Amino acid sequence: MHADSQRLLDCIPRLRRYARALLGTAADADDLVQDTVARGWDKLASWRQDSDMRAWLFGIMHNLHVDRLRRQPPAAEALDDSLPAAPRDPAARLVLRDLDTALRLLPPEQREVLLLVALEELSYQEVAAVLQIPPGTVMSRLSRGRERLRLLMEGQPLPSPLKVIK
Amino acid sequence: MNAPVTEAELHAWVDGQLAPARHAAVDAYLALHPAEAERLQAYRAQNAGLRALFQPALEEALPPALARAPQATQATQATQSSQPAPWPLLRMAAMLALTLAGGAAGWWAHGLSDADAAGERNAGPRAQLAAASLPARAALAHAVYTPEVRHPVEVGADQQAHLVAWLSKRLGAPLKAPQLGAQGWELEGGRLLPGQSGPVAQLMYRDAGGARLTLYVSTEQKHAHETGFRFAKEGEVGVFYWIDGPYGYALSGNLDRAALAAVANAVYAQLEQPGG
Repeated sequence: MHADSQRLLDCIPRLRRYARALLGTAADADDLVQDTVARGWDKLASWRQDSDMRAWLFGIMHNLHVDRLRRQPPAAEALDDSLPAAPRDPAARLVLRDLDTALRLLPPEQREVLLLVALEELSYQEVAAVLQIPPGTVMSRLSRGRERLRLLMEGQPLPSPLKVIK
Repeated sequence: MNAPVTEAELHAWVDGQLAPARHAAVDAYLALHPAEAERLQAYRAQNAGLRALFQPALEEALPPALARAPQATQATQATQSSQPAPWPLLRMAAMLALTLAGGAAGWWAHGLSDADAAGERNAGPRAQLAAASLPARAALAHAVYTPEVRHPVEVGADQQAHLVAWLSKRLGAPLKAPQLGAQGWELEGGRLLPGQSGPVAQLMYRDAGGARLTLYVSTEQKHAHETGFRFAKEGEVGVFYWIDGPYGYALSGNLDRAALAAVANAVYAQLEQPGG
């Protein structure tokens, strides 16, 4: 049991990184991580020893995230003004900002798949299991998300990161 | 080679998830479809950029509420590191410069002076850095790609003829891959990178201990007329570089100067041989 607890603690930095990338703001991300970890402690006994704990926790996080979205549709997309530890060089900071801004402009379901693949390096099968969607859907969301991000990065100047009110 | 390459396989190639049996088919497809190869490079750049962007979140100290098991008070604090190393920042700047900014000239100098400020504080005047842009770019490309475990190269040395043909075609000039087995370095493969005005090639070599050397080849030396051997040290990376007509070569490695010079001489000798 102690080994499992340590394993869960070891997963937390990755959960925070993913939540930060998914939600864009540190405060929202840590709320989601907090809930995910609490749920993880509750259900730790039900974690299957032979499975990847990180993928299991991502699954819990995904379900909590979806529940929250249902309860409270994202009427506004806010962005952190301060990027974490961005390079001092203004050009580098602009590129980082553009990438972050472009990421926020992806539909949430595409962003989620892209981050699990690109940032967390899960296999496509693991992503399908975590999100409970068919593998074909993983691939189509990945393909659309990447292409959209590329066009945003290469194409027209990005819209300024103002709040989008529906 | 028979089945047509699918979009899903192209993504698998980007993510290092492609079945080994399909590598040859995808590589052949990309060699024939440069626009597709560029698209996939952009996707790889996204992966690298996203990891660089969110790296700091991994390195932050955890809030105390998260850092311990519910009832236990294990000493987990000791495992936390709130001190981001300068190296990931260098990698971040280099990766973003390489892949997202598309190679504007001043960029490399910026990235370098940043890294120097974080490290040894030996950044020279901007003009000096600009003049030394070939070794600077080569050293950054070296620093970015040699730690890669999953994608050390784009095309492996097992397809050497294809590798050389592909790079030559994209450079628009014939490229040779020196054989450095006698010096203890085996060709691992190569990749194409954005340069200042067009593509440049990076060949990667590896020794028995897993150390890596890279040979950076640009064909952009239109107005240069130097040919001498030069040495530069960019952070940890030593670079021997020389210019031969339109070609600029830079051999980079974390070796001492004498060891790197011996390999550079071997490279130079082979490249000078007509037809060799």
